Amino acid sequence: MTDSSLAHRTPLPRWQRQLRLRLWQLGLLLAVLLFWYVMTKPGLIPPMMFDNERQAAFFFGEPGQVAQRIWAWFVTDADIYRHLRVTLPETVLAFGIGAASGLAGGLWLALSPTTSLVLEPYIKAFNAMPRIILAPIFGVWFGLGMGSKVALGVTLVFFVVFFNVYQGVKEVSPVVLANARMLGASGRQLLRYVYLPSATSWVFSSLHTSVGLAFVGAVVGEYLGSSQGVGYLILQAEGSFDINTVMAGIVVLTLFALLLDSLVGRVERHLMKWQPQAGETQKL
Amino acid sequence: MAAAIELQQVDCTFAGKDAASPSYTAVQGVSLTVADGEFVSVVGPTGCGKSTLLNVAAGLLAPSRGAVHIFGEPLQGLNRRAGYMFQTESLMPWRSARDNVLAGLQFRGMALDQAHSLADDWLRRVGLGGFGDRYPHQMSGGMRKRVSLAQTLILDPDIILMDEPFSALDIQTRQLMENELLALWQSRKKAVLFITHDLDEAIALSDRVVILSAGPASRPIGEFAIDLPRPRDVAEVKMTPEFARLHRAIWEVLRDEVLKGYQQQLQKIA
Repeated sequence: MTDSSLAHRTPLPRWQRQLRLRLWQLGLLLAVLLFWYVMTKPGLIPPMMFDNERQAAFFFGEPGQVAQRIWAWFVTDADIYRHLRVTLPETVLAFGIGAASGLAGGLWLALSPTTSLVLEPYIKAFNAMPRIILAPIFGVWFGLGMGSKVALGVTLVFFVVFFNVYQGVKEVSPVVLANARMLGASGRQLLRYVYLPSATSWVFSSLHTSVGLAFVGAVVGEYLGSSQGVGYLILQAEGSFDINTVMAGIVVLTLFALLLDSLVGRVERHLMKWQPQAGETQKL
Repeated sequence: MAAAIELQQVDCTFAGKDAASPSYTAVQGVSLTVADGEFVSVVGPTGCGKSTLLNVAAGLLAPSRGAVHIFGEPLQGLNRRAGYMFQTESLMPWRSARDNVLAGLQFRGMALDQAHSLADDWLRRVGLGGFGDRYPHQMSGGMRKRVSLAQTLILDPDIILMDEPFSALDIQTRQLMENELLALWQSRKKAVLFITHDLDEAIALSDRVVILSAGPASRPIGEFAIDLPRPRDVAEVKMTPEFARLHRAIWEVLRDEVLKGYQQQLQKIA
């Protein structure tokens, strides 16, 4: 009944639709948290899958405890900052270096067919390889400090950006290209004014994936050997079966990944304003 | 004085993709000249290699055999004295109308504010005065064609190559654009090589109409001087008896080729 009446109602103004969407999203989050709370709170409901009432909390943590842990990290104890000061720069460096070198490499190989033919099997091999296995080697090469984590993140980010840029340059419209050449563009100008802008939409789609991979590089690197960082924190907590702290670490990392992703999205909206929005009716 | 464009015995053969698919000869033994300030149209059935000829004149495509001279000089690489208006979308979608129009000036290293005012001037001339900030996707097909026209003409090329530039437009917009093109051409006479499959358009615009035979291995099979008085209005000139006479004469030659081209296409499908 509500469905049919919805279809005939005049559409709500944009901000109201936005608000309604946000409320639904918030509601979903609250529902999940409530479910988590109810299922793990000792003594609230009789244990269904476990032997006693504390085991659910032991395996899955408790939302209240996790929130307290985060609060302690950031406010009362304020001891997470030195870990963030390691993990975040590792991530941002891996992301920046990986994306820049991927962009440069993709452009270079797409524009020089001979080189790309020569390198093709090696690139395929590097891409197919599970590059996480390089982490121990990077540990030997760059030590247990930030260097090895950045290197791992770079190898993860590079290929995603590289393949997208390569594809993006290959997809440049031949007519647009011929037109720019007839208008007198030199090789360098073609690169700057045609290939690069044309590849940007591909670059950005790869950057969103890369944000997550940069965090993977940093955290996995820290798992395998480090003395500080959020990954180290999580590993320590796991060693003493402190699931609440592990969960808190996951939440903190996710929030920062979202933050970095939204920064990428903001730059993207600024640079890609020439692209038609879905459903936009501005044609004349 | 040397002709603006001179093609001598030009052949264009495209290599097959692999050994199994044979090579394809698009045009064979084409000789064609366009004098400075002359408006020449090339008509022919679909798939007869009209665009191939234009790409040869633009320097985008090297002929397999034969010579190309531009104002008496043999053509090497791109034809720097020519502007090219493409059949399909050729605007850079990430640039606004103004930035598209001034692209050629920018490539030549002109200061941006100077290029800006020139571009705005040209946008006004093609009837898009207030639309400089729009992106191509925000404009209609006709408006995009106007931007393309301004983009080509702003560089003041000595030769203008046009590949069915108005074929995607509706008939009214098309007549408007044709009249605008004629007015612009009338004010500064350039050599124009105009490709079309529309005989009406060819006669209404041109000084001379060249007819290409059906492909493969097309070649010119007829040539008609169009001595209709100028300035012309594209819609009105089509009503004159003189136009009808020319149309009949050219169609006599073209009809067989169109039928031939149609038969070949049917066979290709079968």
